[in-house]
Amino acid sequence: MTNRRTLLTAGLSGLSLAMLGGTASFAQAATTSGKFVFIILRGAMDGLTAVVPYGDPNYQSFRGAIALDGPGGPNGTLPLVDGFGLHPALKEMHGLWQKGHMSFMHAAASPYRERSHFDAQDLLEAGTTQMTSARSGWMNRALAMLPNGPHQEGVAIGRTIPLVLRGPAKATSWAPPLAPESDMDTLARLSDLYAGDAMLSNALAMAIETDRIADGGTMMGGNEGRGRQGAYAPLASAAARILAAPGGPAGAVLSFEGWDTHANQGGAQGQLANRLEALDSAIKALREGLGPVWATTTVVIATEFGRTVRVNGTGGTDHGTGGVSFLLGGAVKGGKMLGDWPGLNRLYEDRDLVPANDVRHLFAQGLTNAWGLDRQAVLSRVFTA
Amino acid sequence: MSLNAVIAANRFGLGARPGELGQIARDPKAWLMSQIGNAASTNLPANGLLSSAQAFEALQSYQQARAAQQRGAQSPNPAVNFDERVRLADLISKTTGPEIEARIQHAVTTPAPFAERWVQFWSNHFTMAARNFQTTPFPGSFEREAIRPHVWGRFEDLLVKADTHVGMLIYLDQAQSIGPNSQAAQNQQGRRRAAGLNENLAREILELHTLGADGGYTQADVTEFARALTGWTVAGPRLRRLAQGAEMGTTIFVSALHEPGSRTILGKNFPATGERQALDILAHLARQPSVAKRIAFKLAQHFVADDPPPALVTRLENAFLQSRGDLSALAKTLVQSPEAWTPEAQKFKTPNDFLLSTMRASGANATSTQALRSTFEQLGQTPWRAPSPKGWPDVASEWAAPDAILKRIDWANLAADVIGETFQPLAFAETALGPALTDKTKTAISRAQTARQGIVLALMSPEFQRR
Repeated sequence: MTNRRTLLTAGLSGLSLAMLGGTASFAQAATTSGKFVFIILRGAMDGLTAVVPYGDPNYQSFRGAIALDGPGGPNGTLPLVDGFGLHPALKEMHGLWQKGHMSFMHAAASPYRERSHFDAQDLLEAGTTQMTSARSGWMNRALAMLPNGPHQEGVAIGRTIPLVLRGPAKATSWAPPLAPESDMDTLARLSDLYAGDAMLSNALAMAIETDRIADGGTMMGGNEGRGRQGAYAPLASAAARILAAPGGPAGAVLSFEGWDTHANQGGAQGQLANRLEALDSAIKALREGLGPVWATTTVVIATEFGRTVRVNGTGGTDHGTGGVSFLLGGAVKGGKMLGDWPGLNRLYEDRDLVPANDVRHLFAQGLTNAWGLDRQAVLSRVFTA
Repeated sequence: MSLNAVIAANRFGLGARPGELGQIARDPKAWLMSQIGNAASTNLPANGLLSSAQAFEALQSYQQARAAQQRGAQSPNPAVNFDERVRLADLISKTTGPEIEARIQHAVTTPAPFAERWVQFWSNHFTMAARNFQTTPFPGSFEREAIRPHVWGRFEDLLVKADTHVGMLIYLDQAQSIGPNSQAAQNQQGRRRAAGLNENLAREILELHTLGADGGYTQADVTEFARALTGWTVAGPRLRRLAQGAEMGTTIFVSALHEPGSRTILGKNFPATGERQALDILAHLARQPSVAKRIAFKLAQHFVADDPPPALVTRLENAFLQSRGDLSALAKTLVQSPEAWTPEAQKFKTPNDFLLSTMRASGANATSTQALRSTFEQLGQTPWRAPSPKGWPDVASEWAAPDAILKRIDWANLAADVIGETFQPLAFAETALGPALTDKTKTAISRAQTARQGIVLALMSPEFQRR
């Protein structure tokens, strides 16, 4: 079978820098006036649901009830390369794939090998091999390599500047004027923490109920009320407006939260599918908001780590290692699967997708593509240390 | 580290700053004792802040401009309202605005947070709130002049300083009260605005500052006390002439306003001693056993539990009686009482406690406290804006409403971004809570999706929400 052979071949080959980049198409796309957008999916997105390795012989048995199928089935995915399908909620992104404006890297990971969200996010953003006291981020260090000018600036959509954008180069932040509400996930965790504390648990339960009624009963479900941590599109639209403005910054960072699906993750539909749909809407909002600027835009989507290959006892997945990352945008000449597929017959620590590919190579690819920076210079000056 | 360090920092103090728990742990009781009776510990430097007399002058200019404009206005004019707003904002920006900032900054940074909690307790006991433009300029100078210098002295002295301060005289309408048979009232008869007795201050002294609502006084006692208090007023532009040489905006006694005669209060006769009469009554009130009982209960309730242990209340009551109302002796007794050191934190933090302890734990400095004013307002406890002379409530049932909890969570979500720039979530929780941090909370924090969520869980944990 073609699918299986493709996977097998990929599994045997090692990842090298040469393999990842250096193609003529990338080099041609390089232009100094491009825009770079980095989207961090905080909470660890399940890569095996976003990009389904339906061709892998072990996939169905590991994923059971939450497994998706290859293109065409009832829980069918959207076709990528042989053996891999995109989650059906990611329609906009699939459209980009079909136009050759998207690539993806599976089994991607930063050098981090533990399972703490914040430490993992820190290292993902630092872009270093291990955490140093320097506390600057890779996107900022790359900005510092751009020619001086108003363009040489990064904007964070949010109330503070995340680590990835901190450092010597100019960085700013913009937050929606509304005071942010705590999301349902945080409230659920507090409810757990308050178990046994009658006063606080009763007060919180009543508050959540009142809020639900005030929101017209939609709170637990989709993208309204406090459940609206899934509403990423408005943030993407804001980023687009700022980037597309005359003299706008060269880069933007967006943080999308809520990917920590320990329970009732769902498959083609459900909790994670809703998140993916929101992510897809955000990409669409970004493309539409950027207008003509989209043609010179490169977007990288990454998460701090993947999730366990096996489903846990509550229909969810736990903290893992290898995940999936995307490179897309009008400036991307892609349509490729980047890196190596390690297969599911051997798992990292007998639980996780093997971290076969260093996600920093994809970051370097994105920076090179967007800003016309020299690839070797990016790799040596931004991603070492 | 012993739990006592955490209790000293949180229950007695305003929460630990980074590294503070370690210092306190050497000897938690000694750390508290060293703050008692120490005038420096309660002093708030008045750099750039207006004295009550200066605040009074600012109020005068405001009122004059307001009156002039009202006279000049032929018809309702939107510009009038606008100018009025600008002037009021200007008055606030000269007085209460910087006072609130200075107070928050002091509470967040002071190395003597037990002394500061002690100040805030007494400031709330003698509530002087900003409730309109006449009172807005004064709460800050009231606290700095009438409360802070006297909280380690005798209760009687504090009572006199608080209830004869310009701010309090205006807040509880004493400044306008005139004896019906006073010389001034006789001269005024037949005029448009007949002057009269105002019982407000007398009533609140009896009900709130001393005996308590069930303290055994009658309406007759209130009226008699109000008569005795007449004459105590503020040196305004006109009255100043009656009290020769008095500085504008200071407390004066004007004999011409005083109700002549002797007074009977709580069955005791107070002869017509003029200025001394009200002071003698205050001294008598301060010595009533019901005052000792009431202060003991309020202190125990504030520091230990909404429903305080009776043994602690009795201990404090005896200390009050034996020391004749020595507030330092009272504070020392509190620190030495075993009931105050129960491991379980029973007091739910007020918004004020929650915000101050959060800022202290995050190592906030002067500049980072500036934006906090509006936060106190959002969480329902703007400094010196208590809804009534009774002051802020001191029990959880008043503060733990569902909506209030949600507001705290939402604010914690904002604060977590800032805190996260300096702290990892678990390190932050350990800084603030030390050994009081439970395994359950630790686990929840370490499993959080983002650093921000981890810090929100730390701030909203049952152990951080209580003291």
